[in-house]
Amino acid sequence: MRQVEKINLRFNSVPANTSRDASLCGVVGSGNLEILFRKGDVNDACLFEVNTSAKGFSSTWESVLQDFSENNAVGGLKVAINDMGATPAVVTLRLGQGLAMYMEAK
Amino acid sequence: MNAPSESWNAMQLSRLARLERAASAGIGKIVPSNKVVELLESVILPSDRLCVEGNNQKQADFLSEALASVDASKVNDLHIVQSVLALPSHIDVFERGIARKLDFSFSGPQAARLAKLVQEERIEIGAIHTYLELFGRYFIDLTPNVALVAAQAADRNGNLYLGPNTEDTPVIVEATSFKSGIVIAQVNEVVDQLPRVDIPADWVDFAVQAPRPNYVEPLFTRDPSQITEIQVLMAMMAIKGIYAEYGITRLNHGIGFDTAAIELLLPTYATELGLKGKICTHWALNPHPTLIPAIESGFVQSIHSFGSEVGMEKYVAARPDIFFNGRDGSMRSNRAYCQTAGLYACDMFIGSTLQMDLQGNSSTATLGRIAGFGGAPNMGSDPHGRRHVSPAWLKAGREATGDQTIRGRKLVVQMVETFREHMAPVFVNELDAWKLQKSMGAELPPIMIYGDDVTHIVTEEGIANLLLCRTPEEREQAIRGVAGYTAIGRARDKKMVENLRDRGVIKRAADMGINPRLATRDLLAAKSIKDLVRWSDGMYNPPSKFRNW
Repeated sequence: MRQVEKINLRFNSVPANTSRDASLCGVVGSGNLEILFRKGDVNDACLFEVNTSAKGFSSTWESVLQDFSENNAVGGLKVAINDMGATPAVVTLRLGQGLAMYMEAK
Repeated sequence: MNAPSESWNAMQLSRLARLERAASAGIGKIVPSNKVVELLESVILPSDRLCVEGNNQKQADFLSEALASVDASKVNDLHIVQSVLALPSHIDVFERGIARKLDFSFSGPQAARLAKLVQEERIEIGAIHTYLELFGRYFIDLTPNVALVAAQAADRNGNLYLGPNTEDTPVIVEATSFKSGIVIAQVNEVVDQLPRVDIPADWVDFAVQAPRPNYVEPLFTRDPSQITEIQVLMAMMAIKGIYAEYGITRLNHGIGFDTAAIELLLPTYATELGLKGKICTHWALNPHPTLIPAIESGFVQSIHSFGSEVGMEKYVAARPDIFFNGRDGSMRSNRAYCQTAGLYACDMFIGSTLQMDLQGNSSTATLGRIAGFGGAPNMGSDPHGRRHVSPAWLKAGREATGDQTIRGRKLVVQMVETFREHMAPVFVNELDAWKLQKSMGAELPPIMIYGDDVTHIVTEEGIANLLLCRTPEEREQAIRGVAGYTAIGRARDKKMVENLRDRGVIKRAADMGINPRLATRDLLAAKSIKDLVRWSDGMYNPPSKFRNW
């Protein structure tokens, strides 16, 4: 079993106008990641739970997820991430795709 | 006053003596392969300058192996002047003490062994050159005494047919042959009638039939199945933010997946933007398989090539309006001419790098590897001697120095993801090239593209237009502003970066009306090698390592 690092982060964000079902984006594969968006219970903050195979990048995750929380209305959401060494570029792209999918879902 | 030289033809006399030694060993113009070591020992003298034709692609591999097996007590202290060291035998000659000094351009696959020999002081490197620079020196102070070249075929008189991979052969042979040197060609076959004559027989001293065809590397084939969504996103930004913005019609592309993505977006994304006929019409480029869809879509009008590409022969021969082909129908390439074209007749070079510093200097040198450069430093430089005007060149010049400019600027674009594999940051405070300089004992670090030549940087975070920067501080923040989550990017002055964005120095995807969510592989005109074969109507014949069906 591959060792993973767990990172839990919380950032304030404009509340998302949503109470929808969970939606999953991306795939678990080398250099990629999967992201699960679902409703959380803190209205004005977004909670992130990152499981990553790449150790030692917690400050990078913090920057990426803080920017994402600042640039998007994701308050009240819980975001679970399974990462297999995706670059910040891929993480940012997937977060955008995942959020859009979640907001568009019924 | 110096006393007049005793004779004016010492080099000619030396040449005749060498030919006489070969003749007395019973060696004629067409040489059997088992006589080749004897031939080399007859015509090469210690301390000679020797060019072993090593190109990007075509290799005089049989002659190189023969050179590596000559008697080092007879042939030694050679000064090798060749553009590319690609084969193990290219390095073996130094390990065996046959050669001592090296002037070259690129050593990709042998970079680690080369670095080790330098460390052990068993090789002395004169300089790492750009291709044109080394070719230029062939005619000034690095003229070869003996050249070992590769050709497709010879006739019984020694005329040579070079096939589609002409590459460096003409420039090497011309410099050697007309300065009393000896030219030896390895050929795949000896025939009665050549399809065409690329090198006339009286420039060639010996032709050796090699026991196997010369090695050719498929260096320019990029499998579309490996292109990522991030590369698609960067390609969209490059097309809309640079190609369309400047109206780039004449250009050269690097060989990476980033630019392959651009080539595959021309028939789709660029066509949707109405750019067909307005961008990417004239190229200095090897026949990239990933350009087939754009050619077939009518995007491309002309391509001149440095060399060919394995598997593209039949397709190129069938598109004579696009490529430069001989009367026999097959392609004629030429590295010296195409590099000149890329330098002077193109308005843009776009390529990638492994590292970039805060001045915009970039390098592919890493510690423990002396890799040299490919075509990037020539084409990725602003030719100050250029005089003719094009809209793109003029617009760039005006952005750099205002409406009163007396010259334009070539666009030199570096396209990189901020992190490479294993989270290695591209943006760094200090290039590894500086450490390499110390270990090589060189006067200067091996910088591939100088920062003051770079006009634009494209990353997943956006485009930085360095032409519009007015101070070194602005330039540094423009680079930091597209450096993503690297340490360099995270140390940006956010306020200054936002100011640069307001001025259009930095453009994000959103600023260009690009939705990153639309950056999917569906935009690629071909998603696999097999798709490229289909686009070519079955004429592209990919090497087996690229076939997965």
